Amino acid sequence: MTNKTNADKKSVVANALGQGLEWVDARFPLSSNIKAHLTEYYAPKNFNFWYFFGSLSLLVLVLQILTGIFLTMHYKPDAMLAFASVEYIMRDVPWGWLIRYMHSTGASMFFVVVYLHMFRGIIYGSYRNPRELIWLFGVGIFLCLMGEAFFGYLLPWGQMSYWGAQVIVNLFSAIPFVGPDVSEWLRGDYLVSDATLNRFFAFHVIALPFVLVGLVAAHIIALHEVGSNNPDGIEIKKLKDKKTGIPLDGIPFHPYYTVKDIVGVVVFLMVFSTIIFFAPEMGGYFLEANNFVPANPLVTPAHIAPVWYFTPYYSILRAVPPFPGVGFLGIPPSLFPGVAAMGLSVLIFALLPWLDKSPVKSIRYRGRLYKQWLAAFVVSFIVLGYLGTEPSNVWGQFGPWFGNAERATVVARIFMLVYFAFFILMPWYSKKDKTLAVPERVTG
Amino acid sequence: MKNTIKLGLSVLSVLSALLFAQHALANAAAHLDKAPIDASNHESLQRGARTFVNNCLNCHSANYMRYNRLLAIGLTEKQIKDNLLFAGEKVGDTMKVAINPEEAKKWFGVAPPDLSVEVRARGADWVYSYMRAFYRDETSTTGWGNCVFDPVSCKVSMPHVLYQMQGEQIMNHETHQLELSKPGKLAPAEYDALVGDLTNFLAFMAEPAKQQRNHLGWIVLLFLAVLLVLTYKLKKAYWKDIH
Repeated sequence: MTNKTNADKKSVVANALGQGLEWVDARFPLSSNIKAHLTEYYAPKNFNFWYFFGSLSLLVLVLQILTGIFLTMHYKPDAMLAFASVEYIMRDVPWGWLIRYMHSTGASMFFVVVYLHMFRGIIYGSYRNPRELIWLFGVGIFLCLMGEAFFGYLLPWGQMSYWGAQVIVNLFSAIPFVGPDVSEWLRGDYLVSDATLNRFFAFHVIALPFVLVGLVAAHIIALHEVGSNNPDGIEIKKLKDKKTGIPLDGIPFHPYYTVKDIVGVVVFLMVFSTIIFFAPEMGGYFLEANNFVPANPLVTPAHIAPVWYFTPYYSILRAVPPFPGVGFLGIPPSLFPGVAAMGLSVLIFALLPWLDKSPVKSIRYRGRLYKQWLAAFVVSFIVLGYLGTEPSNVWGQFGPWFGNAERATVVARIFMLVYFAFFILMPWYSKKDKTLAVPERVTG
Repeated sequence: MKNTIKLGLSVLSVLSALLFAQHALANAAAHLDKAPIDASNHESLQRGARTFVNNCLNCHSANYMRYNRLLAIGLTEKQIKDNLLFAGEKVGDTMKVAINPEEAKKWFGVAPPDLSVEVRARGADWVYSYMRAFYRDETSTTGWGNCVFDPVSCKVSMPHVLYQMQGEQIMNHETHQLELSKPGKLAPAEYDALVGDLTNFLAFMAEPAKQQRNHLGWIVLLFLAVLLVLTYKLKKAYWKDIH
């Protein structure tokens, strides 16, 4: 009988694990990847509040996929069964209501964290050289996310699902020449129907998640290739320890940022849980009341509004006047200008790396001119977002002295111009702006 | 940092202005009375269930609601069987109706909608106000008008099923107020209480898991609060050397 001490037992276990790791490493780059992406990935030590939203986006993505898997087990993508199957999940599936609320709240919270993550990129110039590709992958993720949200919103098959999809798919028919064919091809029918529901389900659960996960991987690989930006917009790789080659202002991502991000995760989960358990509809912003009425192709709701995260772009769509047509040339009137403006309002984010001509990256060292433009952009984004949730006559009309124009439409047009001016004039004002001197080392 | 705060403040001021504007708008919409919703009042929910099964469940189904969900509001299986099941249903069945939707459409012009999630679609205040707003209107096909259902035309497809309880109201076209012209079995306050219980039940039925949801929410938040303290201390411990 051997009489081993606890320490001996531990070293035996450690030995076995070490040998196992060696075995894996000889066949797969496990240790080297953990080093490259976690324990020896050096991130600037001065990340602040805004730097939580990257890891939180990843967390929400995982939550959406996991809850989505369980919803798919009980959901029926069939126009006759879809609405009832969602209520079945809410009532008869054990913990179904929790899974469903996590998924529906997760959709909105995904946009909350991604918008904050994008805003971080804007204020600290994280899209600038050498991080243009990270930004472009990010814009791709954002587009994918919009597609996910749009396709997923049809699945509960309520009135808003149905008519929202009807309105958005019809937008494509405004594209000159190919439009009507494109929208029919998307729908798989002449109107939103069972065929549409089936293909949207396929896009939502297979096609886009694949692309999304691939883009997220590319986003992170590109980030770890060039290294993270920071609130000072300084390249920490410029100043390295001569012996070790480690950036002087860098700290290993693990354990420092893993333990820090866990705090962010817990705070996020508190907000997330408060919504799920106490206000899953969020006053109609996350789950619209009209979506508790089953889809009815014969009854158009009085007011069709997209969910809040689409409303800034929806406002722009409505604000642009239609093309009146040229009668004697036989060119018919068209809604295409609004559709084009809406598309541009999303895609224009991709141009930021090349529009920004400032000598500094971070807002900390920019002058007043840039800050004023940024503030104007944020305000216009929020005002357009609000107006998009309301009917266009929400603020009544101006008097005859202004052609009885709808007040909200006029306001939306003004803020739309501000929105686009923020981007289009950026090469001019970012260059003209009086910037401050950037320090050598990060300032905490 | 200062600039971030400034930016945040300006954003907040715009947001609050917008919220105020929305609030002002909500006041301009049709007036609804506040429904006396109390999910913890089992007696009220039980009375509401009885009113619903006896009066509404002849035309309106509640296809997603199972009878045995009523165990959650304090009824026993025997009570459900004896008092609420009349046509040989089982307690695990959902609340279906025998009415033929096509026939119903012929009679009323529209098939009576399923009421399982009606409160989530319209709001409890709407249901509470609607059920108290019927008045005699000889010009309509059913003989009843209701300005909550359609504030513009005051037309409604549903006849006033509870008129024996409430009596008959008429519209005073000068004051635009409803007046009781023929008293019913119940006094006005008693009728309001009856509709209040009914609305309370419809709200319960619209989301039976709601009470469990709210209860669980506090436990989850408490757990996360403890976790927050621990993870924050962990972070502090790891970061003590970073300056």
